[in-house]
Formats: sequence, C-alpha cells, structure tokens
Amino acid sequence: MIWLTWRQLRAQAATVVLAVTAMAVVLALTGPRLVELARAGADEVFDRLTSTDGTLFWAGLVVVAAVPALVGAFWGAPLVARELEAGTHRLVWNQSVTRTRWLLTKLAVTTAVAALAVGALSFAVTWWSDPLDGAVGHARGSFPGVLTPVSFAMRGVAPVGYTVFAVVLGVTLGAVLRRSLTAMALTLAVYVLVQLAVPLWVRPYLVAPTTATIAISARTLDSVVADDQGGPQSITVHTTDRGDWIVANETLAADGRPAALPAWMSDCFAAAPDRFAGPIEASPINPCLERLASEGYTQRVVYQPAGNFWPVQLAETALYLAASGLLAGFCLWWTRRRLS
Amino acid sequence: MTAAIATDALGKRYRRRWALSDCTLDIPAGRVTGLVGQNGAGKSTLLNLAAGLLRPTTGTIEVCGGRPATDAAQLAKVGFVAQDTPTYAGLSIRDHLRLGARLNPGWDESLAASRVERLGLDPGQKTGRLSGGQRAQLALALGLAKRPELLILDEPVASLDPFARREFLQVLMEAVAEQELSVVLSSHVVSDLERVCDHVVVLVDSQVRLAGEVEALLDTHHRLTGPRRTTREMPRDQQVVSERHTDRQTTLVVRTEGPVLDPSWTVTQLGLEDLVLSYMELPTSDLTGRGDGTTGAPSLEVLK
Amino acid sequence: MIEFSLDGRSGVSPYLQVVHQVRQALRLGLLREGDQLPTVKDVVATLAINPNTVLKAYRELERDGLVTARPGVGTFVTRTLADDSLAAHEPLRRELQRWLVKARAAGVDDESIEALFRSAFRGGQRGVA
Repeated sequence: MIWLTWRQLRAQAATVVLAVTAMAVVLALTGPRLVELARAGADEVFDRLTSTDGTLFWAGLVVVAAVPALVGAFWGAPLVARELEAGTHRLVWNQSVTRTRWLLTKLAVTTAVAALAVGALSFAVTWWSDPLDGAVGHARGSFPGVLTPVSFAMRGVAPVGYTVFAVVLGVTLGAVLRRSLTAMALTLAVYVLVQLAVPLWVRPYLVAPTTATIAISARTLDSVVADDQGGPQSITVHTTDRGDWIVANETLAADGRPAALPAWMSDCFAAAPDRFAGPIEASPINPCLERLASEGYTQRVVYQPAGNFWPVQLAETALYLAASGLLAGFCLWWTRRRLS
Repeated sequence: MTAAIATDALGKRYRRRWALSDCTLDIPAGRVTGLVGQNGAGKSTLLNLAAGLLRPTTGTIEVCGGRPATDAAQLAKVGFVAQDTPTYAGLSIRDHLRLGARLNPGWDESLAASRVERLGLDPGQKTGRLSGGQRAQLALALGLAKRPELLILDEPVASLDPFARREFLQVLMEAVAEQELSVVLSSHVVSDLERVCDHVVVLVDSQVRLAGEVEALLDTHHRLTGPRRTTREMPRDQQVVSERHTDRQTTLVVRTEGPVLDPSWTVTQLGLEDLVLSYMELPTSDLTGRGDGTTGAPSLEVLK
Repeated sequence: MIEFSLDGRSGVSPYLQVVHQVRQALRLGLLREGDQLPTVKDVVATLAINPNTVLKAYRELERDGLVTARPGVGTFVTRTLADDSLAAHEPLRRELQRWLVKARAAGVDDESIEALFRSAFRGGQRGVA
C-alpha cells in the first residue's frame, strides 16, 4: 500500500521537492553574508542590505505561506476525489486491503512527505531570515518581528502543522464533495479563512499573554490614530523589546479605567507641524504627551513577549495537529460508512 | 458448498429511488451465473453490493460465506471487474501487476505474467493508451490472478466489438475450467450469456423475476401455438408466463413440469433469450397465471 | 484431434451439439479407438462456452460407453460407432425414401414435409427424455 501511495504521489512530489531544493540552494548561498552583517552590528544590518536581500526576505515569507495551501489543495483534495471520479475506487477497494488501511496509509504517507518538504523549507527560511527579523532601520522602516502575524506563520515549526492540517482538510473535502476541482477550490478558501481567524482570535491566548501598564512618553509612543478632522483619536505605545507582539493597546485615565483622549489634545496637536524630521526627543508633540502623562493617563498593553515565540509556536502546531486528527477521524468514518 | 452469493430481502435505496428491492437469491457456487435485465434494473447495484462497494439499505447479503468487504481475508475471496473496467490511466501495465502483487496475499504472479504475455502487450505501456478490449482483458487478468473464489463482472463486454467480446469470454471460460471458480456476470445481451451461463437470474424493475438453472428452465418452458382460445381452461400444472392473441391464433409461453398433452397445441422449444424476454414483459403489478384473476406461483421461481 | 463448432441459432443445446459432433466423428472414422478427445480447457478456450457443458457431453458419451475418462490424463475413445447401427442404417434409409415418395405423391410440399418431420422428431425426443 505504501508503494502504491508513493507511485501515485511521485510526479507531484518531484515538483515540490525540486522547488524546495532550488529555494534552499539560493538561501544557502546568500545566507552566510547576512550572518556576517549581523555579527558586525545589529543596528547596521538594515542599512547595509541590498534590494535583493529585501526581495528574498519577502519571497521567503510568501513561499512558506503558500506551500501548505498548495499542497493541501493539489495533493490532498484529489486523494479520494480523483479515485471516485475516475471509478478506480472500484479497482483498488476490491484488492485485499480494507478501506481503512487504504485511507490511513495514503493520509500518513502524503502528510509525512508534505510535512518533511515544508519542514525543510521553513527551517531554511527561518535560518536565513534570522538576522533580518525585527531589524529596525534608523529612519527607513523595519522588518517585522517573528511574533507578528505577518511573519509568525512562516517561521519555525508552525508551517508543518499547517501543512498537515491543509492536507487532511483537502482529503476530507475531496471525500465529501467527490469532485477534485471543487474540493481544491474549497480547500484553499477554508485554509485561508482559518489562517486569518487563528491569529486574530486564537493565537494571542494560546500562551497566557502579559499585561503591563506603560507610561506615555515620546520614547514609548508608537503611533497616533487620527479622526476625521485630523486630530488624535487614540494612541498606541510599544514595549521596550521590539520583538514583542502587542495584542491590545488601551489608554487608561488616572482612575485606572479606559478613557478616551481628553479634548485639549486636538488643539495641542493642531499646533504642531505636520511633518517633523529630527530626533524623537525634540518632537513638537512632546509637550502634549508630557501633559497627558502628568494628568495621570497611562497605557495598558496586552502583549506576547518576544521570548514566547517558541511556546506559542509549539502550542499552535499542537492545535493544528489536534484539529487534523479530528478531521482525519471524520474523514475515515465518512469514507467507510458514507461512501457506499 | 456455501452459496456464492446469498441474499435475504436485500434492498438498496438512493435518496428516493429503490435501485434494488426485496431481493432474495441463492446463487450456487461452482457455476457461471448470468444476471440479466434492462439498464437500470438493478444489476450493477446487486453486483456492487456483492463486491462490498455498496452498503445495503435493508436486508442482508453474504458472499462466499461472509459479509462483503469486512476484512482482507473476505476481500481476497472476491474478484471484481467493474463496468467500463477502470484502470489507473497514468500507471503502466507493469505497475498494475505490482499493485496486485502488493495488495493481495493470494496473488499468483506467474498467472498474471502469462496472461499479460498472451495479450501481446508491452508491460511498460500506460493503461490510458489501451483499447477497450485490451483494458478489459487486463482487468480480467488482475481479477483472476488474485485467485478468488468468486469473480464478479459488471457488463464486462458491453462496449467491446464482437472479436474482443469473444476473446474475453474465451479467456474467462478457460479460467473457469482451470480453477474452481464461481462467476457472476451481468449483461443486457442475452445471447452472450446463453453460451457461457448455466444459471440465470432475471431482474426487472429492481426485483428478481426469475432465477434458476438454465437447463431446467429451458426444459420446463415451452411455446404453445394454436387456435385462438382463452387461458382460463389451462390445466392446473401449466402456468402461463406470457400470452399473445390474434383474432385466429393464440401463442403462449407456459411453464410446466410434465408433457403437454393437448394435441391442438404446437409445442416448440424456447431459446434462453425468448424465455427471459417473456418474463421481462410481465408487468410488475400483474403477475397472474391465468385469466381468471387468481394468481399463479410467486414471481420468484427458484428451480434447482 | 477433432475440433468442435457451435451453431448458436440451431435451437439445439450446446452440449447436445458436442455429443452429436463426437458421434459423427466416430461414425466417419475421424475418431478411432484410443484417440483422445480435446480437453475441456481447450474446447472452452476455443468456443467460449461453459465448461460444465463440455463435461456433461463427455459424461453422456461415457454413459453410452463410447469414451472413458482417465483422471489427470484426459478422455479417450473406447469404441467407434461404425459397426453399431450401420446395419440398421440401410433399411431405415430405404423406408424413409419410400415415405418421402408417398408424401410427395399426396401433394405435400417440401416445407410441410420438414414441419411434419420436425414435430414428430421433437415429440419423439421428449418422449425419450
């Protein structure tokens, strides 16, 4: 049965393995230079990057994000659906192997191969991007930190969990819908929805987040959200470690309860020029912030500290693997009982 | 010997429609049984149920003494050649043989190899490129090399040209002669079955109309032709299966164990095709034996 | 070794056709004592008929004492028919010719003669079976 699964998977596996190998080679060639740069000084890494490095960084993110979805759709969805469409289930389910063994073997081998491929890819990309993750340039922007939703899903071991989930999802949808193409489309859609929902509602709480109260000052200010008239509507601050993932940002009044910004803030801000280029300490809105702080306003921040990266990774991978297990159980029941 | 297929009030429903209903059969082992019926009569459904690809809605079915597809040992007893002989188009003939060898403990490698050799095909050829007849022969080889107790074939020759059809049946009959094999095959072409079957089951409108040994059936059914008369006065032991009247003449198909003594009848033999057709003509709701309203024997006749 | 053929439309059952063809071969001397009949497997592989049909035919021939089955080897001819009924053939043929003359004289056409013969023949068959 393993032979048969591999024989049917061979062609598609070859394409993916080829692509992963090509990517890995490119990363292996360009990686060491970045390691050197980082050793020289973390602050200077950003400024000394070429545009190719930037492209590669974002390409790495895209590829690791896309591969689980594609594998789930192209390997998973047709696994059962194709057999039903072609009628070959009438051939293979009549050999001396039960449907249970047939499905479990196919699921196991396919997810294993996919997980290996994605695992290798993710490892390569994570290693390569390590000097760049969270690097901050002086004025020109930064690369996102590993805990931020943009990067988290494409680092570490989480992509393996996503891949297993995507493949099992694909197989299940294929078995239920009995049509390869429809199942492929639906697999992609559901996978994307899940990948949007988890960072929003689940990931922040996988590991208990930290709550802290931060003083409002020029140093801690992260951004100001404007209202319709151009005045300040709300502010956000950042924590000392740029790698922390801020989940909630709330302004508290002196009594410790959530409050809106006081009315005089808009006048204060209106007096300041629109653009300012210079050191943060001399910014014209500083007096406004100092007055805010003196009136007792503070900012409450709920965040995942940077050090929680691996615990959250493992928790999320476990979550996806558990979900895959449940799906696989359903798929098995469906194939045995309902496909008759 | 355990029956090849034994069913009891077997039924299968798809949403609203009953594809098979109230089917009670005993198909003996060691025979070649033909399953006849029009398209949509339930032949495929019955065969797929026997192969374990479908689950019954009501009733039970036992194949070679066990419930279909329960475990590997049971699966090894039954070979199935499905309609349109599906094969993996992207895999070669050699791959299919390896498939059989890997997935079947009872696989006879030499038998499979010799059959493929006799076909004269290149084992490296992808099965998607084979003709219908060649694919059918490959599917038959796969089914036979498994060394099953029962081989089920669902309309195996329906889409084959006469030459391919003859070749297929030749190989099948040779295998029956060599191995102790029971065969159940379905067809809507009765003339094919007449050569190869010694047992026949007729399905009409999802129900069994007739089942029995071909020889016994042909011995006990006769065509009676004679001057126009009513069927009311027919002797008790003669059951009218079908009747046709013109203004001068009556033609009947009757079933009887004894001789027809009435000299005004011209008695002729029936071929299997005509016999089956006369049973298929009977409307489902009106299975009377005589014109006087009383019913004759039940529609299911199991003659041993 | 003789080869069988099957006429699907003759109305005669396959096994009887086999029996007749063996008897015919014996009569004509195509099969002699000690000759082997084609194996069931070979007959079936050529004609695509049920093996039981052939077995039944061979069994009937064995019952009539014409052949004998040796398990694992094959079926062999034990005696020919050449001498059996030949003696009866001549007078029967002459009787038949006389009957034909009578029938034609009575104005019975060829088709009616055949019909008469067939119904009498079939009636006789059933009586014997």
